[in-house]
Amino acid sequence: MIEARGLSKRFHDKKRGEIRAVDNVSFRCEPGRIYGLLGANGAGKTTTLRILATILEPSDGTALVCGHDVVEQPEKVRANVGFLSTATALYPRLTAQELVEYFGRLNGLDEVTLKKRVDDIFSRLDMNGFRDRRCDKLSTGMKQKTSIARTLVHDPPVMIFDEPTLGLDIMTARTITTFIRECRDRGKTVIFSTHIMSEVEKLCDLIGIIHDGKLLTEGTLAQLRERYSERDLEEIFVKIVGPLQSNGEA
Amino acid sequence: MNLNAVRIVYRKEFTEWVRDRRTLISTVLVPLFLFPLMMVGFSALAVVMVGKAEKETPKVMILGGEDSPQLIANIKKLDSLEIVPYAENWKDEISNKDIRAAVEIPKGFEKSLETGQSETVKIYFYDGEMKSSFGANRLEKFLKDYRDTVVKDRLAAKNLPASVLSPFSIKQENVAPPEKVSGATFGSFIGYTVIILCMTGAMYPAIDLTAGEKERGTMETILSSPISRMDLVLGKFLLVFSASLATAVLSVISMGTSFAILGHSNLMNSSSGQTLALNLGLLSVVSVFVMALPLAFLFSAVLMTIALFAKSYKEAQSYLTPMTFLIVIPAVASVMPGVELTPKLALIPVLNTSLVCKEIISGTYHWNSIALIFASTCVYAAAALFLAFKTFQRESVLFRS
Repeated sequence: MIEARGLSKRFHDKKRGEIRAVDNVSFRCEPGRIYGLLGANGAGKTTTLRILATILEPSDGTALVCGHDVVEQPEKVRANVGFLSTATALYPRLTAQELVEYFGRLNGLDEVTLKKRVDDIFSRLDMNGFRDRRCDKLSTGMKQKTSIARTLVHDPPVMIFDEPTLGLDIMTARTITTFIRECRDRGKTVIFSTHIMSEVEKLCDLIGIIHDGKLLTEGTLAQLRERYSERDLEEIFVKIVGPLQSNGEA
Repeated sequence: MNLNAVRIVYRKEFTEWVRDRRTLISTVLVPLFLFPLMMVGFSALAVVMVGKAEKETPKVMILGGEDSPQLIANIKKLDSLEIVPYAENWKDEISNKDIRAAVEIPKGFEKSLETGQSETVKIYFYDGEMKSSFGANRLEKFLKDYRDTVVKDRLAAKNLPASVLSPFSIKQENVAPPEKVSGATFGSFIGYTVIILCMTGAMYPAIDLTAGEKERGTMETILSSPISRMDLVLGKFLLVFSASLATAVLSVISMGTSFAILGHSNLMNSSSGQTLALNLGLLSVVSVFVMALPLAFLFSAVLMTIALFAKSYKEAQSYLTPMTFLIVIPAVASVMPGVELTPKLALIPVLNTSLVCKEIISGTYHWNSIALIFASTCVYAAAALFLAFKTFQRESVLFRS
């Protein structure tokens, strides 16, 4: 389970002064559910997810991941999380198998369990044809599969996806969305950020709309439709974020 | 600290390192081939070049001397010089290397000799040009011999022995063992080279494991794993340190081999005709290596810390280039004549190691200085590693955009 409690993150920029990338964000996601964090570029999605993955430390507030505090127990949090984003690249000079094994070992798996787990994942994701190929020689699709294998190797109960389909072709993006669904079906807690409305509509059980670091609203797709009297998610998004963006630009 | 996690990171970094051609070149190939190339190659080349220049008969021009036929005739008789006819632009001819030197005989030179007046014979040449120096030297030798003959004749005319001009002679004689002489000659050079190679060996892995990782987008991947930042830094640091040490070891081996080859050849004959035998004993080699250890440690930590600030490989290289100068300057200072190890200099990193290596190679072991240098460099190295740990904790550095 993930529970964010008043998360805030401030950065200091020489030109712009203090920037509130995340401003008092709270939400909760239960196991077997997908929470979609929807927002435009620069809304604060990546920063929020990086805090949940303990890559960044919050300036204020905290979050619990599987009962572990992101500030107090970052290593325990990371051991329970699989983090995947377009920024999480692969080591070019390692083979697909070496890379997955490396992360398995870092997650404390013993060699017997690791071998079993790697064989299982490579068969499940149909990766045996390129397991000994170096990552810099893999196609985009193969790389995505290897990244998925990396996040799965320690079988974490929580999965965090930060715009995982950004810049991918339809078939590779489909591999990712199928994988996200599988995670939910296996009872994992899934949090997923995107700015692609169709992905949110298809995948998410709960949607949070974030803008300028603030979580503006959240609910199921049905609840949002009812609340804003719109059928189309894009229209709902524009109705919520549009006035703020116009004000900001004015 | 989780040593198993450190080991896992180290093993992975090592696998990637041996598969990277750039780092292998700087860590293995450069130290392995630089010494033989510099020592054997350049020495052989120098011998060939000097031999070739010596075989050439320099073209020389005589300026004036029409009223000194005896002298002119004697110069023209020399097989070691080719006399060319006088030309107005003789200075240009020397500068353009058409002729190698010119000798100016003053007016009434032979008459002045007869009357006992002193005259000055000038030799013009191209300073710094080897073949021109050879031509000028041959002219000077001939003139000195000629002067000696004149002096002898004058003494004989007055019934005085030649020894009247040199009531006693002076001779310098070396009492230091040959290996110490050679050590003093090459010691500073060896220390300097080992230090520079320690740094270059660490430089590329340090960039690759920090800025390179950021550029490739793998930093976020590794930071999302459960490993602590301290274990991650330590694993990476140990690899950079290993690369630096590997460079130091290979350079010492290569250095020893190069000197052994030179020792068996005639390439290291000094001007006095003595062979500069450099016997790098096991103790010297081990001592140089031990002294290079904390320095390699220091370089690894400092280079990693600086490279981490960069967003890309290229940016890191531009940060580390001034760093290279910071290391080269004290290393070069140690090669300067007269710079010797003092308690104050023993606290200046790089310079201290370079100076102590110079002493070690010449067979001098000042144990107090050695202990002070080793300890002070260890302290600097520990501080640098602490700084690397702290830098890895800074989000503004890790996610600089």
